[in-house]
Amino acid sequence: MRKWPAKIVTEAQTKFTFSRRAMVLGGAQLAIGGMLATRAGYISIAQNERYSLLAESNRVNLTLIPPRRGWVVDRFGKPLAINRTVFRVDIIPDRLREPDRILGELQKLLALTADDLDRIRSDIDEGSGFQPVEVAENISVEQFAAVSIRVQELPGVAPAEAYSRSYPEGAAVGHLLGYVGAASAKAYEESKDPLLLTPGFKVGKEGLERMFEPILRGEPGARRSEVTARGKLVRDLAKRADVPGKTLHLSIDGGLQAYASRRMGDQSSSLVCIDCQTGGILAMASMPCYDPNSFSKGISHLEWDMFSHDDHLPLINKSLQGLFPPGSTSKPMTSLGFLQAGIDPLATINCTGSYKVGGSLFHCSQRRGHGPIAMHEAIVKSCDIYFYHFARLAGIASQAAIARKLGLGEKFDLPVPSQSYGTVPDPEWLLRRYKKSWSMFDTVNSSIGQGYMLANPLQLALMTARIASGRKLEPYLTAGNHPKAPAPLLDVSTEHMAFVRDALLAVVNSGRGTASVARLPVPGVLMAGKTGTAQVRRISMAERAGGVRSNASLAWKQRDHSLFVAYAPADAPRYAMGCIVEHGGFGASAAAPLVRDSMTYLFDPDKAMALLEAQERAWGGTIKERMDRKSAAWAQAHSKAPTETVPPPDNSAAPEIANLSKADVAPPPAKQDSAPVAVETLPDPPSAEPTPILAPGFGNDVAPQ
Amino acid sequence: MSTNSFVPAPIAQLPWHFLGLILALGGFGAVVLYSAAGNGGSFSPWAGSHLIRLSVFLSGAIMLSRLKESFWKDMAFPAYGVILLMLFGVEILGKISGGSQRWLDLGIIRLQPSELMKPMIVLALARFYDMLPSGEIRGWTAVWPAAVMIGLPVGLVLIQPDLGTSMMIALGGMVVMFLAGLPLRLFVIGGAAVAAAMPIIFSQLHDYQQKRILIFLDPESAPLKEGYHITQSKIAIGSGGIFGKGFGNGSQSHLNYLPERHTDFVFATMAEEWGLFGGLGVIIAYILIARWGMNVAHRATTRFGRLTAAGLTMTIFFYFMINLLMVMGLAPVVGIPLPLISHGGTAMMTVLSCAGILMSIERSSRRRSGIT
Repeated sequence: MRKWPAKIVTEAQTKFTFSRRAMVLGGAQLAIGGMLATRAGYISIAQNERYSLLAESNRVNLTLIPPRRGWVVDRFGKPLAINRTVFRVDIIPDRLREPDRILGELQKLLALTADDLDRIRSDIDEGSGFQPVEVAENISVEQFAAVSIRVQELPGVAPAEAYSRSYPEGAAVGHLLGYVGAASAKAYEESKDPLLLTPGFKVGKEGLERMFEPILRGEPGARRSEVTARGKLVRDLAKRADVPGKTLHLSIDGGLQAYASRRMGDQSSSLVCIDCQTGGILAMASMPCYDPNSFSKGISHLEWDMFSHDDHLPLINKSLQGLFPPGSTSKPMTSLGFLQAGIDPLATINCTGSYKVGGSLFHCSQRRGHGPIAMHEAIVKSCDIYFYHFARLAGIASQAAIARKLGLGEKFDLPVPSQSYGTVPDPEWLLRRYKKSWSMFDTVNSSIGQGYMLANPLQLALMTARIASGRKLEPYLTAGNHPKAPAPLLDVSTEHMAFVRDALLAVVNSGRGTASVARLPVPGVLMAGKTGTAQVRRISMAERAGGVRSNASLAWKQRDHSLFVAYAPADAPRYAMGCIVEHGGFGASAAAPLVRDSMTYLFDPDKAMALLEAQERAWGGTIKERMDRKSAAWAQAHSKAPTETVPPPDNSAAPEIANLSKADVAPPPAKQDSAPVAVETLPDPPSAEPTPILAPGFGNDVAPQ
Repeated sequence: MSTNSFVPAPIAQLPWHFLGLILALGGFGAVVLYSAAGNGGSFSPWAGSHLIRLSVFLSGAIMLSRLKESFWKDMAFPAYGVILLMLFGVEILGKISGGSQRWLDLGIIRLQPSELMKPMIVLALARFYDMLPSGEIRGWTAVWPAAVMIGLPVGLVLIQPDLGTSMMIALGGMVVMFLAGLPLRLFVIGGAAVAAAMPIIFSQLHDYQQKRILIFLDPESAPLKEGYHITQSKIAIGSGGIFGKGFGNGSQSHLNYLPERHTDFVFATMAEEWGLFGGLGVIIAYILIARWGMNVAHRATTRFGRLTAAGLTMTIFFYFMINLLMVMGLAPVVGIPLPLISHGGTAMMTVLSCAGILMSIERSSRRRSGIT
């Protein structure tokens, strides 16, 4: 070990060294003190604002109070969608301690199923932690109280009162109003609105609920409260009440909407009613339908499966998205076209029961033929031969022109998520769409509303309303769109109109017509109308030879569509309706009675109700009772399937609807066997030779809005 | 100092300047703890016992100040030996009971020998250098005994494990070595060696100690877990601003966001309600205390007195320095309280013992220099 450099150190020197070094330490103390003071100053002055904010956000917890959704009311102020107070329980994952114990407790208190628990667990795992996870909604007061008194032992569990959307008419308004549901993760990604994550907050997912979301939503309230680090509430600092959404006034007559929906029974059907004076839509019923009440709560996979497998298509609003060949209901329109083209209404053709165009044989509804027949009787008796013949003379241009004037092929300015607007075929369209040239054969098909011609029930109703009023009515759904002045007159001769209206009156009231069954049981009120029957299958020559099978003997999907359009009172039209009963048989057998009773409801509700109640008893109860039974039966048959509860799929993306309709839905034709477009020319009643249609008309243009 | 005939001489002779600072800090600590109890303030659970301890330990310190400097000189080595044995004892007891233990239960009080070692290392080393002939100070014999005397307790405390206390013992000892006049390059080389050995030392630390250091380097990396302490402490100090939120209005402390609000993070509790003014007041008071201690050292007539006074002053100062560096996010979280303000008897006892010895040295120096 090397010695330190020899240096004699004396007592005085050590004292001097001490003094010097002690001064260094004293200086260091001052320096450190100064540094600490500077640091304290930096934190509390320069960063004061930042840390004050952080302290405030520590202290204050902002809870959003979901706004009460605006009501939807009908034209008389009768509520169609309201809010009901419900009790719910949520979990805030960040504050959850001992999840297993707490979920076990909740399972006992709320009678949760194993599937519920799985769903809650996966929601907790996948969630962001601060976002509450729903445990149960719509729980009873007793269950709510049971959880509330134990809330101290259940950290992270938040019982709350909330509002739930309620639709008094249930399924009857389902397609029209749509339903509400929790906002999708995608919606939150886009808007980053914390309200979307608030438990119990629902957004419109379909129908008017979706389209009027900005109006119906309202402004959330907020509660600022002081909370401890453990989330315990100290006190409320301020509370701002929510601003409820605005009430949406519809042109709909809730009573009629419900009546028509109920009157449809278990049929797959749509009925649209339009006010002949204003164009306001009074009813837009489409059945069967999901119950928006249960959809808004979130339905099980099982239920969803049931709806998607139902061939009556409860997920599709047939009034707007269903496209059907108008069949003979187009004959009044075609007649107007003939008159416009200069055809003499008194000119006759001898109906022998069949008619040859080129190499094809077209048949009439009346197999034996109507004999010599002119326009008026041709409408009353729905003679196809008359229309085949004069369509050849009048040409397709006049037919297409009048169809467009009456609203076919038109997309209306309506607040709906999607409408299919169908086709008014003409040579130019066929060339553009299918690169095919028009033939006489196509003209003949169009003359009786078949072939490429497609319309939705709203268009059928509007067509009727325009014929009845002679005015270019525009349909509207909300009271705010009520026109200030009467709609302009249509560019159609009033004499021609009067001629056709007179024929329509005779269809129902002359005793000779196809729709005598539809005569109104209301004294002094006459209804004018026109039947239609559309065949959905190819009738082979062999079958025709052996006798065409009756509809009753066919599988449901093979039966004809039943259509009826009407307006009343005939002398001063107020209401016009268009109706289709899918695979309902003759126009007069299903659609006409439905329209008759719905129209009766408008003039004599008590009489109509009495009839309906008797019918419902025969059918096995109200819509809800029958739906519940059906769900139960389905659940029993498919109970092996997983029953995880999920909110209904977010249908807010229009393309999804399009996909769905392509795959499962009859109206927009994709498959020849089920698509109504594959319909062969068929006058009502269906006893005619099939019209050979070469291609199933892919003539519908779906316009997702 | 003039003698007032109405006040008895022993009382008049007390260093009131120094005692006033201690009383002010201790009293202010009671005010802060009173508020920290929440609900508008309360003597229980902290402020009351804080005041009782303050009066008991301060009385004790005044009694210690009556002892002569030679008493401390004589007891330095034996007391050091006893405390070292107690540290061994704690270690052995810990091994037997199968867990780490820092205190000895003597029935009446729980004695924490590591805490007693903080002033004792200063006394023992001062005594050692007092004995060492002046000519040897730059020799090897001036280094190794001191290194052993520091190394043993530091090692024992480190394996408890108590990083903060062992660091303070080491610092206290090294301050005495520095002041005794050991060659400067020894400290330079030593410092360089420690810096070079940092990675190795770091790897030898316990997981939670490593974590504390990593979080100190980046507190926002774990705002809800380990970095929570520092983050919440800075929020409390920063949100206090210049004048503070006012007595009883600290939300960080009252709503439990600030951890250890009555002990290690009491400075943050105080600064939230009293603002930068309160913070500067505490800092200035501590600087003045340190200045008074350093003056005692300068005036001390003996080598032992000089080294002891300066060493003990630095021990008090280290408490203050490490605690404030920690609460303001300049040092890792080590469990060092802010004496006189934090609730807790151990640190207050240590600091007031130091104060007592300081006053004793001051008194002895005055007598010897005949100033009285």
